[in-house]
Amino acid sequence: MNYLISKLFGALIVIFGVATLVFFLIHFVPGDPVEFILGDSALSVDKAELRARLGLDKPILTQYANFMSGALHFDFGDSFHKKIPVSELILSRLPATIQLTFTSILIALLIAFPLGTLAAMKKDTAVDRGAMMFSLLGVSIPNFWLGPILIMIFSLGLGWFPVSGNEGAGSWVLPSIALGTALAAILARMVRSSLLEVLNEDYIRTAKAKGLTQFQIVVKHGLRNALLPVITLLGLQLGALLGGAVITETVFSWPGIGKLTVDAILSRDYPVVQACVLLISLFYVFVNISTDLVYAWADPRIRTGSN
Amino acid sequence: MSDILLEVKNLKTYLDTPRGVLRAVDNISFSIKKGKTFAIVGESGCGKSMTALSIMGLVPEPAGKIAGGEIRLEKDDLASFSEFQMRAVRGKRIAMIFQEPMTSLNPVLTIGDQIRESIYVHKGLKKLEANARVIDLLKAVGIPDPARRIDEYPHQLSGGMKQRVMIAIALAGDPDLLIADEPTTALDVTIQAQVLQLLKDLQAKTGMAILLITHDLGVVYEMADDIAVMYAGEVVELSDRQSFFTTAKHPYSQRLFKSLPSMEKRLMSLEAISGTVPPLTDTFTGCRFEPRCDQAWMFCTQNIPTINKLANGQQVLCHVYTEGLERPKSVAKESETSTQAIALSKKIDKNQNLLKVKNLQVHFPIHKGLFKKIAGYVYAVDGVEMEIKLGQTLALVGESGCGKTTVGKGIIQLLREFTRGEVKFQADNLLNFSDAELREKRADFQIIFQDPYSSMNPRMLVGDIIEEGMISLQIELDKDKREKKVTELLEMVGLSEDMRHRYPHEFSGGQRQRICIARALAVNPKLIVCDEPTSALDVSVQAQILNLLKELQAKLGLAYLFITHDISVVAYLADQIAVMYLGRIVERGAVEEVLTSPKHPYTKALLSAVPVINSENNNKQFLQGDLPSPSNPPKGCHFHPRCPEVIDKCRVAYPICNNDEHSTCCHLYN
Repeated sequence: MNYLISKLFGALIVIFGVATLVFFLIHFVPGDPVEFILGDSALSVDKAELRARLGLDKPILTQYANFMSGALHFDFGDSFHKKIPVSELILSRLPATIQLTFTSILIALLIAFPLGTLAAMKKDTAVDRGAMMFSLLGVSIPNFWLGPILIMIFSLGLGWFPVSGNEGAGSWVLPSIALGTALAAILARMVRSSLLEVLNEDYIRTAKAKGLTQFQIVVKHGLRNALLPVITLLGLQLGALLGGAVITETVFSWPGIGKLTVDAILSRDYPVVQACVLLISLFYVFVNISTDLVYAWADPRIRTGSN
Repeated sequence: MSDILLEVKNLKTYLDTPRGVLRAVDNISFSIKKGKTFAIVGESGCGKSMTALSIMGLVPEPAGKIAGGEIRLEKDDLASFSEFQMRAVRGKRIAMIFQEPMTSLNPVLTIGDQIRESIYVHKGLKKLEANARVIDLLKAVGIPDPARRIDEYPHQLSGGMKQRVMIAIALAGDPDLLIADEPTTALDVTIQAQVLQLLKDLQAKTGMAILLITHDLGVVYEMADDIAVMYAGEVVELSDRQSFFTTAKHPYSQRLFKSLPSMEKRLMSLEAISGTVPPLTDTFTGCRFEPRCDQAWMFCTQNIPTINKLANGQQVLCHVYTEGLERPKSVAKESETSTQAIALSKKIDKNQNLLKVKNLQVHFPIHKGLFKKIAGYVYAVDGVEMEIKLGQTLALVGESGCGKTTVGKGIIQLLREFTRGEVKFQADNLLNFSDAELREKRADFQIIFQDPYSSMNPRMLVGDIIEEGMISLQIELDKDKREKKVTELLEMVGLSEDMRHRYPHEFSGGQRQRICIARALAVNPKLIVCDEPTSALDVSVQAQILNLLKELQAKLGLAYLFITHDISVVAYLADQIAVMYLGRIVERGAVEEVLTSPKHPYTKALLSAVPVINSENNNKQFLQGDLPSPSNPPKGCHFHPRCPEVIDKCRVAYPICNNDEHSTCCHLYN
């Protein structure tokens, strides 16, 4: 419990730091949001008026204070472009992103564990080499390439799935595969090597000496122990997954946070960028803490202290 | 009908290695009687464990396979069983426990889970019945409070407790045969005594046979009914206990006995077995032991020996016992390390104090909470007094976790930030020195470690390892002279000069420990702290290292602080002994005095736990329980919760130590 509190405390500091950094970075990056909205030829009077309306005429520190106090109440102001509250905008986009990330992780796990386990049990056979070849390809293929290829084959060619958008379960398949493949490949490799190491441990010999079947040994004694390094890796990779989501969402015109962020950055929509980046950093922190918790669940030596 | 439970006939187990086929077990035969204990002894790499794994059908795949022979368990030949058939044998008819209880239990499952599993497989009980059975088993192996322990994880148990859990798992299927592969090697001698007694009791109760694999002849003497000695993949001698310990026949068995250190051999060097076990990838044209044998002659090099059955039932794989074969009288090889008295060659005043330690304390802080506040201390060393005279050996003994190693490190100033008290080396208190001043002094005291494998940098050449100290402590700055010194040192520890250009991994365990000794000697120390320097080595190699240490002491006038848990080594090597319990010394004095008439109940218990060959020790004092935690030592005398002679006073106050020649800290003597 103490442990959790100190983790949360650290997380607050991280989020505060990220919010500050994002605020100043976006304001100092060249490009004026007012010009984006009104165009180059607008009159300077109109520009000044808009600037005042958006609060951009105030001193930067005042703007910062306003942003921070708003953020504390989850009030990020209105989008410069869409003229609706940012929180509303995000809430409308969030489910799509969560859905995409979730199905990608699910696909990755469903591929990685059986594949890695099979490869470990059939070490140095054709099965093992095949699995590792798949893994190598999966890691090497960038998703901005895999996405369009999948669309060409399965949407345009075979017509099995829609090309883009989020309409029904069918439309989830291709984006999830595009996003999840790299993760599946990395995890499969990790499951294999971790399991191979565990299968050499003395307690596996003990399990064999009990007369357990190969299946019982691998699943109950092997995988549970092999899980630990896999959890660590999964935690680290979820960050990368989010980065991948930005690209995948753009490729598939998926109405999620990733696409929202990219669009907002391009049009210097300060409130949206700030809120999105804050949300992504929140997600990172959340993943980080959950990794530790899952780790403690999986390893009783951490849970119950080793004294 | 017959009383034979398991019969192994002409068993061959081969392993495929990059260097060729390794014949780990090469045509061995023996049989185990029902309800009896059969011991296989031998040094590491002789095929003991591989024999056990072959019987279990657990030879590592795909490299290993049983290449021939039979393993008859009653009517069944296990060697011909499929994996599926073997599964019904493992854990049910034959169970096995292993050397390392620390790593042999699954860290993420509760011990209840791990025992239950075996019950489900072999007994088909339901969860509730199984739970009751688990508690019975835990009780049977002497685990206190089993109902609570059932939900604990392995890391919450001590080493001895883990081995008890392993035994409980093995017993779960009511096996006819229990294979115990070095079951007590990783445990302290007090815990070893508990576990061995437990095995005996369980055997008496269940009537199971035990196949005991060990390198410790003392354990064999205590446990075995019948004995097989293995050497280089072969059984070289089969014997009953009585005959083996009175008249061991094979030259290898005889030399094993001779290489054991003991009090009686103090003034002599031990008869080490020179050389090493031949690689088992070789094909042999003669006797495998011939190169190391002191009774071999020409005939042995050209003829493979066959088993000779002697009149008293002993079986020996040796030409010496072949009838009608005359051994020429004069050819007996002069054994290379013949027993010889060790003469002092360096004149030193043995009454002069080299080291005097007063109230040495090493307390490690325990950090807790958000701000890592100090929540308490581990009192690893808590007020130790000792002195070592020039050219003498002080042995520091005690169970693991009692603080022996920390004393050694504290004395040579490796833990300065936690160390308090007084460490007087000749005239100076080392604790008053600044780091720079200390550096100049460092050459005077050196250390050698337990594990010669991990205490050398694997990327450095042996010559550089030895030389490094001389450069760093500015002992010898001239390169040519340094080279010459390295050569001298290598020769002094029994290695050859050209070995300086090799890396540590190219050497055997014994040779590596020699290199470590040469490294320590390079800076001309007066004191060497030896931290269990032989406990990772086989007895024959241990004898070589002990001889070397003794020789060097005589030649160079070195003093040793010898940290060990092995009483027979102490008896052989040390002048003075200090017995340590939970951070403090409870008894010290001259070795002969303390070992023959111990005073402190802990010393008595410790000594009586050691298995001794040819002495019927029927009134053993067993120490109950484990060493308490040094972060929270018991009130009063630290030993009182385990002491068989405890009196009221012991629970209240720590006893005062008398300062006699033979001093002890116990209320019974004040």
